[in-house]
Amino acid sequence: MVDVLRHDLLIIGGGAAGLRAATAAAQLHPRLNIAIVSKVYPMRSHTVSAEGGAGGVIKSNDSLDEHIQDTISGSDWLADQDAVELFVREAPAELLQLEHWGCPWSREPDGSVAVRPFGGMQKERTWFAADKTGFHLLHTLFQTSLQFSSIRRYDEWFATRLVVENGRCQGVVAIELRTGQIRLISAGAVILATGGAGRIFPFTTNGAICTGDGMALAYRAGVPLKDMEFVQYHPTGLPGTGILITEAARGEGGILVNKDGYRYLQDYGLGPPDPWPRLRAMELGPRDKLSQCFVYEMQKGRTIQGPYGDIVYLDVRHLGEKKINEKIPFVRELARKYVGIDPVHEPIPVRPVVHYMMGGVHTDAQGATPLPGLYAAGEAACVSINGANRLGSNSLSECLVFGARAGRAAAAFAREHPAADLAALEAQSRDEERRITTTVLRAEGTERVSTLRQEMQLAMESGCGIFRDEASLQETCNRLARARGRFMRLWLDDRSRVYNTELVAALELDFMLDAAEAVAYSALARTESRGSHQRTDHPQRDDARFLKHTLAYRTGGAPRVDYLDVAITRWPPAQRVYGG
Amino acid sequence: MMAEQTVAERTITLEVFRYRPEQESEPTFQTYEIPYREDWVVLDALNYIKDSVDGSLTYRWSCRMGVCGSCGMMVNGVPKLTCSTFLKDYYPHPIRIEPLANFPVARDLAIVLDDFMAKLVHVRPWIIRRQEEPLEAGEYRQTPEELDRYKHFSMCINCMLCYAACPIYGLEPEFVGPAAIALAQRYNLDSRDQGGRERMGILSTHEGIWACTLVGECTTVCPAEVDPAGAIQQAKLASALGWLRRVLVPWGNK
Amino acid sequence: MRAYSRPTEFNWWLTNRTYFFFVVRELTSVLIAAYMVFLLVLLRRLAAGPEAYAAYLRFLGSPGMLLFHLAALAAALYHSITWFRLAPMAITLRVRGRRVPGATVVAANYAAWLVVSLVVAWIVLRS
Ligand SMILES: Cc1cc2nc3c(=O)[nH]c(=O)nc-3n(C[C@H](O)[C@H](O)[C@H](O)COP(=O)(O)OP(=O)(O)OC[C@H]3O[C@@H](n4cnc5c(N)ncnc54)[C@H](O)[C@@H]3O)c2cc1C
Ligand code: SF4
Ligand code: FES
Repeated sequence: MVDVLRHDLLIIGGGAAGLRAATAAAQLHPRLNIAIVSKVYPMRSHTVSAEGGAGGVIKSNDSLDEHIQDTISGSDWLADQDAVELFVREAPAELLQLEHWGCPWSREPDGSVAVRPFGGMQKERTWFAADKTGFHLLHTLFQTSLQFSSIRRYDEWFATRLVVENGRCQGVVAIELRTGQIRLISAGAVILATGGAGRIFPFTTNGAICTGDGMALAYRAGVPLKDMEFVQYHPTGLPGTGILITEAARGEGGILVNKDGYRYLQDYGLGPPDPWPRLRAMELGPRDKLSQCFVYEMQKGRTIQGPYGDIVYLDVRHLGEKKINEKIPFVRELARKYVGIDPVHEPIPVRPVVHYMMGGVHTDAQGATPLPGLYAAGEAACVSINGANRLGSNSLSECLVFGARAGRAAAAFAREHPAADLAALEAQSRDEERRITTTVLRAEGTERVSTLRQEMQLAMESGCGIFRDEASLQETCNRLARARGRFMRLWLDDRSRVYNTELVAALELDFMLDAAEAVAYSALARTESRGSHQRTDHPQRDDARFLKHTLAYRTGGAPRVDYLDVAITRWPPAQRVYGG
Repeated sequence: MMAEQTVAERTITLEVFRYRPEQESEPTFQTYEIPYREDWVVLDALNYIKDSVDGSLTYRWSCRMGVCGSCGMMVNGVPKLTCSTFLKDYYPHPIRIEPLANFPVARDLAIVLDDFMAKLVHVRPWIIRRQEEPLEAGEYRQTPEELDRYKHFSMCINCMLCYAACPIYGLEPEFVGPAAIALAQRYNLDSRDQGGRERMGILSTHEGIWACTLVGECTTVCPAEVDPAGAIQQAKLASALGWLRRVLVPWGNK
Repeated sequence: MRAYSRPTEFNWWLTNRTYFFFVVRELTSVLIAAYMVFLLVLLRRLAAGPEAYAAYLRFLGSPGMLLFHLAALAAALYHSITWFRLAPMAITLRVRGRRVPGATVVAANYAAWLVVSLVVAWIVLRS
């Protein structure tokens, strides 16, 4: 028998949330034996692509209460207000910690940290590092983590299953990609920090690795997925690739115009257009509204038809070359490279694009899931501070705040509960190896991974997009069920062990099918419209029935959907008002 | 739709390096003829092959927007990020795709980058301070000019193109190499850092900055405009001046 | 796992212009070193007396030696020019917070070269 890999604390994911969890635990307990398992080298995690910034109150003109209010009304009152308070209170210290670790935040002339306006925020409070904030944040965290010798990394190991024994999570089974070996990694506590699931849709800002693995891992272990129906469309993606043009472009003064050069947002309660720029109005409204306005414009025939669907224009020309180069150089680089347009001279074609999962693994404010020993943080988790619509720049801060919280809580748990039932865990690991080998790696069917993936993505886009109704959602659920059936008849071209990326893609598809199912069924069950979940057959928000979190539990067939009250403390539900 | 179809009829040839350690002991080249699309990057072409032709082709990628640093390969002998290298710049000629030079090949186009990961830790790329200020004291002040001094060295995406372009690294694998030195310089030049002397001790060695004979190709291929060659030359200058100072004013060296 | 290490081809320096210029630049140092040797011998002959010095000067005047000196001059020029081209990488100057463009750095190098050459020429040709 190969020797068992044992740790106190095991973190799945090397993005912002995972690295913050690891450093928080290592700082607090220098002797704790910590491991990070990541399917890509940590600096490749999708946090790297975040552009605009991270929100946290620091300036004297701002207040914690205002950030809380913005977050809650942005969430369409579906966020837990106690969690939001914690989040807003702890975010500034987390961002300062990053500053002390060397993050190259952009600065004011006097050397203090600079902040920029962001959508749905009534004050400037978004910290930024030009427009590569996620990149700098991730590399700072990663490089800082290198000094902790207590953190052992399993880079390019792919987690396939949580091992649960005696009613608590005691580790994972993972594939070491470079050898193809399937191994048990045992631990006293496990944190899922596996990021989002944008790849369940065909058109997304998310990178190839955002396949909802952690959500599915928890879901399969009996943990509910919360609020999965809330999928954020970002209003400004590049057509074709889905590459994001950051909200910072609008924060710095960019405008959205339709085919007549008209700032159409003023027709949908976000105006008046002037004076501009103005906080919480027009182009600085929340993302759910802006993406919905795009669809209204399209229905009116006022968008522009392009080779990759309809578009509108994001115009930043009036900012001038100097400001563009200084504040949003990456926007210029991306537009030039991928759509052949220089934003200094021409407007950028954009369309709404799937960007972020508000939902995720159900946790409390310590990151604890209902399964003892299992924690979750970052985009994979749902605490929930984002409710029905996340405000831009809250996510990076969320990764830090709740990553650190989960790191500390899980460390405390692990110190009291070392992994104990090794023989049973090993047996589970061998089961998992058998499952992977027989039903995936050497499956004798005919279906290609890419065909099924495409089918799933199209099913999601056609029935579960910005606007949904019962018929479209039912159709999506049916198509997903058929795709799940076809997955049983898989065929892989690649049957080798070493670095088998086709096997990884198949297992990711397996995870995505679970996440997609949770999204579609949760959306079907929520017969109201709130935030990013817009039901054309139920266009009103219905607080009497749905001021509640959805909890989706995995069963053999359609998931079981349950509800949980939203924590309301000081801010009773009200209408969301922007513009004015 | 019509326009797309006529475009799809055009094809382009990719000659791809294959190495499957379980089946063969020597690499081979495999040729794929695939549809040519004006707006495709090399990575799109590889994804087309993997999805529709040969699922066993192995390579790394994620962000497809030039920032995660995983998709570096040799494209016609030049190190490139394949997610920002367009087919149209080569069409109608065939394109030869190989794993990044100077690294061992794990499989097909995926290299082994253990060596870099070890070197990265070796140069201590984190803020070193004699005394850490408490968070309550707020941020360390850093003016835009101070930020500007190191900013471009902090843009490194660890894509390894510079190592693939560096003949010194190819001949002398102990060389710490462009990106790791640039990252060390990034911290040396950061006004918040106090670990410069410690890091210079690591860098001013034969495997460190003095192995570099200024070919300059690292800076040419760098997709993030880091200018690692500049970082190395600046470190050499700093190291030489430090040495001079120690020789001329030995007592000044506490 | 058996990773495959590709051998470095002996002609690696012919595969890319920069590599070629680099290797040739490294090779020029052989000629320049040889030139230095002849220069040192010259000094010794000067010390050995006027006869030895005159004989050595005759030797240096031979066609072979002239050719060698031309080659050494070419090598030195090549070395300087290719080196100057890389100068912007080694020198980053800031004037009032803005980075001095590379072309300016190169031009400054050439200017300095010119000044030094003029001074040398003045000293040598004065007599
Ligand atoms: C283009 C873009 C721009 C954005 N801009 C902003 C912004 O400006 N401000 C903001 O606040 N938010 C922004 N966001 C959102 C934010 O970046 C993400 O929500 C956040 O970075 C997620 O971080 P994470 O740590 O949860 O996950 P990730 O960074 O995605 O990391 C996931 C980690 O889990 C690992 N992993 C996943 N599955 C497995 C498995 N099966 N086995 C082993 N390891 C696994 C991966 O290797 C990776 O290390 C943006 C998002 C995108 C896509
Ligand atoms: S210095 Fe440039 S080429 Fe080298 S790894 Fe960093 S980004 Fe890549
Ligand atoms: S895929 Fe991320 S850099 Fe190319």
